[in-house]
Amino acid sequence: MARIDVRKTYKLYIGGAFPRSESGHSYEVQDSKGKFVANAALASRKDVRDAVVAARKAFGGWSGRTAFNRGQILYRIAEVMEDRKPQFVQAIQQSEGGTAAAAGRQVDEAIDRLVWYAGWADKIAQVVGNANPVAGPFFNHSAPEPSGVIGVLAPQSSSLLGLVSVVAPVIVSGNTAVVVTSYSRPLPAVTFAEVLATSDVPGGVVNLLTGDAASLGPWLAAHMDVNAIDLVGLAGDTDATTALEVAAADNLKRVRRAPAAEPDWHDAPTLSTMTDFLETKTVWHPIGV
Amino acid sequence: MANDPNVFEYAPAPESRSIVDIKPSYGLFIDGEFVDGHGSAFKSINPATEETLAEIAEADDADVDKAVKAARKAFRTWSRMPGKERSKYLYRIARIIQERSRELAVLESIDNGKPIKESRDVDVPVVAAHFFYYAGWADKLEYAGLGPNPQPLGVAAQVIPWNFPLLMLAWKVAPALACGNTVVLKPAETTPLTALLFAEICQQADLPPGVVNIVTGAGATGQAVVSHPDVDKVAFTGSTDVGKAIARAIAGTDKKATLELGGKAANIVFDDAALDQAVEGIVSGIFFNQGHVCCAGSRLLLQESVADEVMAKLKRRMGTLRVGDPLDKNTDIGAINSAEQLARIRALAEIGEDEGAERWSPPCELPSAGFWFPPTVFTGVSQAHRIARDEIFGPVLSVLTFRTPSEAVEKANNTPYGLSAGVWTEKGSRILHMADQLRAGVVWANTFNKFDPASPFGGYKESGYGREGGRQGLSAYLKADTKAGA
Repeated sequence: MARIDVRKTYKLYIGGAFPRSESGHSYEVQDSKGKFVANAALASRKDVRDAVVAARKAFGGWSGRTAFNRGQILYRIAEVMEDRKPQFVQAIQQSEGGTAAAAGRQVDEAIDRLVWYAGWADKIAQVVGNANPVAGPFFNHSAPEPSGVIGVLAPQSSSLLGLVSVVAPVIVSGNTAVVVTSYSRPLPAVTFAEVLATSDVPGGVVNLLTGDAASLGPWLAAHMDVNAIDLVGLAGDTDATTALEVAAADNLKRVRRAPAAEPDWHDAPTLSTMTDFLETKTVWHPIGV
Repeated sequence: MANDPNVFEYAPAPESRSIVDIKPSYGLFIDGEFVDGHGSAFKSINPATEETLAEIAEADDADVDKAVKAARKAFRTWSRMPGKERSKYLYRIARIIQERSRELAVLESIDNGKPIKESRDVDVPVVAAHFFYYAGWADKLEYAGLGPNPQPLGVAAQVIPWNFPLLMLAWKVAPALACGNTVVLKPAETTPLTALLFAEICQQADLPPGVVNIVTGAGATGQAVVSHPDVDKVAFTGSTDVGKAIARAIAGTDKKATLELGGKAANIVFDDAALDQAVEGIVSGIFFNQGHVCCAGSRLLLQESVADEVMAKLKRRMGTLRVGDPLDKNTDIGAINSAEQLARIRALAEIGEDEGAERWSPPCELPSAGFWFPPTVFTGVSQAHRIARDEIFGPVLSVLTFRTPSEAVEKANNTPYGLSAGVWTEKGSRILHMADQLRAGVVWANTFNKFDPASPFGGYKESGYGREGGRQGLSAYLKADTKAGA
C-alpha cells in the first residue's frame, strides 16, 4: 500500500510564531487547475492588529541593528531560499501553473533580488544621505531612517517574486512589515515565512497574513500605529485604493500608490522601492573650540 | 524688568517704515499681471496696532482656474527652457531680494508682527539664500539622485502659512522653479503683503508670465488651489488637520504632495549641559518668532538634578526679554499674528492652569492696542496635559522632567508629531545616541531653530512628509525619467 503523505497546515506568521487565525476561519486554496490544495488561515482584523503589535515591538531592535548585520540577514534569507528551491518551484507551479522552468526562473529572480537588496543595507544611507554645507559654523548631516511599521498589500499574481520584491526593500532599511499575501496564491508566501523563521530574521520583523487584501486593507490603512502602506496588492481597483488612501490620511501614513495594473516584477527595481519608506533626519551641531 | 534697578532701560529704536509703500488695495497676480479678484475682498491688518494695511482681493474658483491655466501654459516653455537659463532667472530674483531686503523685512514685520531683528537678520537673508541655493541646482538636476534627465512634475499648488510668510514662499517657489515647474501660490490671508511684493520682484526680474501666480484668499481659496484637477503637485505648510484634509482630497489622484505640518518638539537638557548656553537655546527655541514656529521647542525636558537651577536661570533670562513694537530694533518678542491665534493661545494657557500646571510670566507691560501674549512658562506639567500634547503655536513653554536618557527618549517620542527635537549635553556619544533615538526630522544638538537652504527640513509621523531644503528638497519637485528608471 502506498504511503499516505503528511500534509502541512498552512498558518499565519506573526511575531515569529505560526498561529492559526484567531478568528478560527480558513479558506480553500486551489491550484491553478482549480483542484483543492489546502485550507489556509483566513486572517482577521484581530490578526492584523496582533501583527502590528508584533511589528512595532520588533522595530526598535531591527532598526537598531547595524546595517551590515541587516545585510547579512537578508543575504541569509537568500541562502536558505536557494537551499529550498525545489519546494518553491513546486509551490509556484501549484499556485500559478506554468512550466517548472518558468517557476524555477521566478525563484532564481526572487533569490537574486534578495541578494541585490541585501547589498543595499549599508549603502542606501550613502546614496540618499549627505553632508550639508550650511552657511555657518555647524556640522550638518542628513541620513535616511526607516519610517517604522509598514503595511504591505502584496501582489496578487506574482506569488513569490512579487512578494519578495515588496518585502525586501521595506525591511532592508530597518522597517518592520505586516504583509497581506496574495489571496488566491498564498502558499509560496507561507513557505517564505518558514524561510524567514530559519534565517535569523527576528520575530515580528516580517509578519505574513494569508487572506483578503480588500477586507484586511482597510484595517491596516486605518491603523494608527502603522506608518506607511504599500497598496500594490490592490492594483487596478481604484475605488478600493482611493478609500485606503483616505483612511491612511488619519495619521498621515506614507502611501505607495498602486499602479493601474500589477507591475512586471521581472523589471529592475527602482530606488524608490526603498526611499518611499524612509525618512530623512538632519542633525545639527555647532563647531567651535 | 522695568522695576529692576540693575537694568538700564532702552530708548526706543524704531526702524523707519518709510521704506515701504503699501498700496490701498492689491489684486491677484496671474499670468504676470495684477488683476482683480472675483471673491469678496478682505483686509490685512498690522497685528501690533490693529490698523488696516490694505485691502486684498479674494480669488474665487474661476480666478484660481485662470491662475492654473496660466501656470499650465507657462509650463510648456519654462520646463523646456535649458536649466542654465532658468537658473539665471532665479539668481536675478535672489539678487533683487537682497537689493530690496530692508523693504521686505520692514513689510514682513508690519504685516506679521515679528520683530524687525528677526525679519531683517533671519527671514529675508535666508529667503535670498534659498533662491541662490536652488538657482544653482537648475542646471544640475541630473545629479539630484533621481537618475539621468529627471523631469518636472508640472503645475505646483502651494499653500503657505502666516508665521514665516516670505520664507515659506521661498521654500516652496525656489525648488519648484529650479526643477522646471510652474506655481500657483496662496499666501496666508493674514500675511499676503510680502508675497505680493514678491510678485513685483518677479516682474522686475522679467520672469516669464505665468511661471509664478499668486492668488490671495482664505481657506476656500486654498482648497480650490490644491483640489484643482490640473494641478500635479501639492505643497502645503500649516496645521496637521489641514494637512490630513489635503491628503484625503488628493487620494486616488496622481498628485504628489509634500506636507510640512505641526510639531511639539522636545528640547532635552541633560545635567552635564553648558547650562547658560542651554538657556539661550531654550529661549530661542520657544520665543523665536513669538513661538509661531512649527518646530518650536515647546516641551522642555529637564534632567531632574538640574531642573531647579535651569528654571532659575530661565526665569531670569525671560525677565530680560523685550516684548513690544515689532519695528523696534531691540524687540525680542513681537505681536501675536491675529486675534484668532491670540484667542487660541489664551485658551490653551487657561487649560494648562485648569489642569494643574503652574504658570509663570515675567512682569512685562503689553501695548494696549494689538495682539500680545507675554512669554510664559508652565512647570509641573505631565505628559497627559493638553499643554504637553497640543501645539500651542505661541510663546508658551511646558516643562517636564526626567531622570535617565531612556526616559527622556520615551517622553520626547511620546507624541504623534515628529518634526524637530533639541539635545543639550557636553557628552558627544550621548548626543549621537539621542540624535539616533529621537523620531524627528531635525535634531538640533547644542543649538536650536537653525535653518539653511542646504539643510533638509521636514517631519516624521503626523508632522507630515517630504523634505524642503537641500538636495532632498529637489525630489519633491522632480520625477525620474520613465525611460531611465530610478
